[in-house]
Amino acid sequence: MKQTKSYLAKTVEDLKPSGIRKFFDLAAGMEGVISLGVGEPDFVTSWSAREAAILSLEQGYTSYTANAGLLELRNEVSSYMKKRFHVDYNPKSEIIITVGASQALDIALRAILDPGDEVIVIEPSFVSYAPLVSLAGGKPVAVQATEEYDFKIQTHQLEKAITDRTKAIMLCSPNNPTGTMLGQKELTELAAFIEKHDLLVLSDEIYAELAYDEPYVSFAAIEGMRQRTLLINGFSKGFAMTGWRLGFVCANEELTAAMLKIHQYAMMCAPTMAQYAALEALKGGREDVEDMKKSYRRRRNYFVQSLNEIGLSCHIPGGAFYAFPSIVSTGLSSEQFAEQLLIEEKVAVVPGNVFGSSGEGHIRCSYASSMEHLQEAMKRIKRFVEK
Amino acid sequence: MKLSDKELEVVEILEKDARISADDVAKMIGLSLQETEELIKKLEKEKVLVHYTTVVDWSKIDGHEGVTAMIDVKVTPKRGVGFDEVAERIYRFKEVKSVYLMSGAYDLSVIIEGKSMNEVARFVSNKLSTLDSVLSTTTHFILKKYKHDGTIFEPLADDDKRIVVSP
Repeated sequence: MKQTKSYLAKTVEDLKPSGIRKFFDLAAGMEGVISLGVGEPDFVTSWSAREAAILSLEQGYTSYTANAGLLELRNEVSSYMKKRFHVDYNPKSEIIITVGASQALDIALRAILDPGDEVIVIEPSFVSYAPLVSLAGGKPVAVQATEEYDFKIQTHQLEKAITDRTKAIMLCSPNNPTGTMLGQKELTELAAFIEKHDLLVLSDEIYAELAYDEPYVSFAAIEGMRQRTLLINGFSKGFAMTGWRLGFVCANEELTAAMLKIHQYAMMCAPTMAQYAALEALKGGREDVEDMKKSYRRRRNYFVQSLNEIGLSCHIPGGAFYAFPSIVSTGLSSEQFAEQLLIEEKVAVVPGNVFGSSGEGHIRCSYASSMEHLQEAMKRIKRFVEK
Repeated sequence: MKLSDKELEVVEILEKDARISADDVAKMIGLSLQETEELIKKLEKEKVLVHYTTVVDWSKIDGHEGVTAMIDVKVTPKRGVGFDEVAERIYRFKEVKSVYLMSGAYDLSVIIEGKSMNEVARFVSNKLSTLDSVLSTTTHFILKKYKHDGTIFEPLADDDKRIVVSP
């Protein structure tokens, strides 16, 4: 076949490959690596949830569910969100069960963006946000959250990025990769800004269960913000269910109906057995979730204090399971630090610059790893830093 | 006795791993090393932390496999002391690993460890059944230990299945 032009879509050709890929390739071929580069829990899904999925298979629940997901699951999600986060969504018209929070992000963006619409992405950010905006036809506009404010975004930083095409802001608290969590006060300030500029907010609350020092505040619970929020959450982090690919999105009826249109054509429904597992995870009581959270909090305390002791200054992350220490004192760039640490000491971390320009000078360390691994990793990082 | 949040945390951490260093415990709970050591000493003194031990899989050690039996014991309680007196007579034997007072069909559940079935049988017939208050005994031998005190002996593929680096 004679090929005169590229058959690939321009949008896709223009997407940059994720900087994380490079480290995956480097680390994957090495023996004896301790990985602090993993963005998922080290716990296995609770046995009761796994057992419920097995039972659903045995009983033959292998067909599609309703587009928006099992009504029983949406009912449980609705009461869970009410009880835990004080937000009230109608299970029949304001909740969609999705294939991970990732698909929820995708349909949320596609539901609101016309070509050329701008979405503000607060960096350092999860690597998928900007590409998802581009794929939905929008234009991602990066705004840097900075270390001087503990990576909490300030409205004066956002102000400069606003144009008449700005449609929405993507928010992630607790944040991947910084672990920073925004409290009532910061969210209220942000809400006033959103109101003033008449914007929507895609609030990625996937780490909401992992808030260690203060109770979690959902953006949709801030006065006046329910109508402007597409609230994204799921089972991956809090319930240790990453591989099940199960999330959900809550929004007002109009937005939900729009997202459901995309979801029904593009996905039909989320996997049935995963929905049964999630149902059990919600019904089964909170003990597993609370135990995991306790364990993360202790490891966070241990890890962050140890980092500070060896001279890698690190603010206390309020949530998620990431520490984001500064490595500026070593004189190395993020990439140099991560690459040399991996080669010389066999500890895998992710260089901060892959999450956005303000991540430069930092590395992301996931402390979702056993205490034994964290202790050994800390020994190796100390040796590396002291060289 | 009511424990503070920090004390409770220390108990939970040590219950999972008694060999963790006081320094690491201190970091985990956000106290100084000295404060943490004092706190542990206090808990030891008050016998909240009774002692530190190791879970051993004896079945792996040739010649030390041993036999464990659970014995349901029916007894006549005595006026004034109830079940306590006979329980004490039983738990003083060093072969006896645990004694529990139970609700239901029998009164005391006694766990015995011995070198062989014979040894356990001898204990039951010579020592246990001959006690005045003991009315009857039913002995169950343990065939295999899957999980003991929260520890799974042969966990199925306990390795980390996560990919090395992920977003």
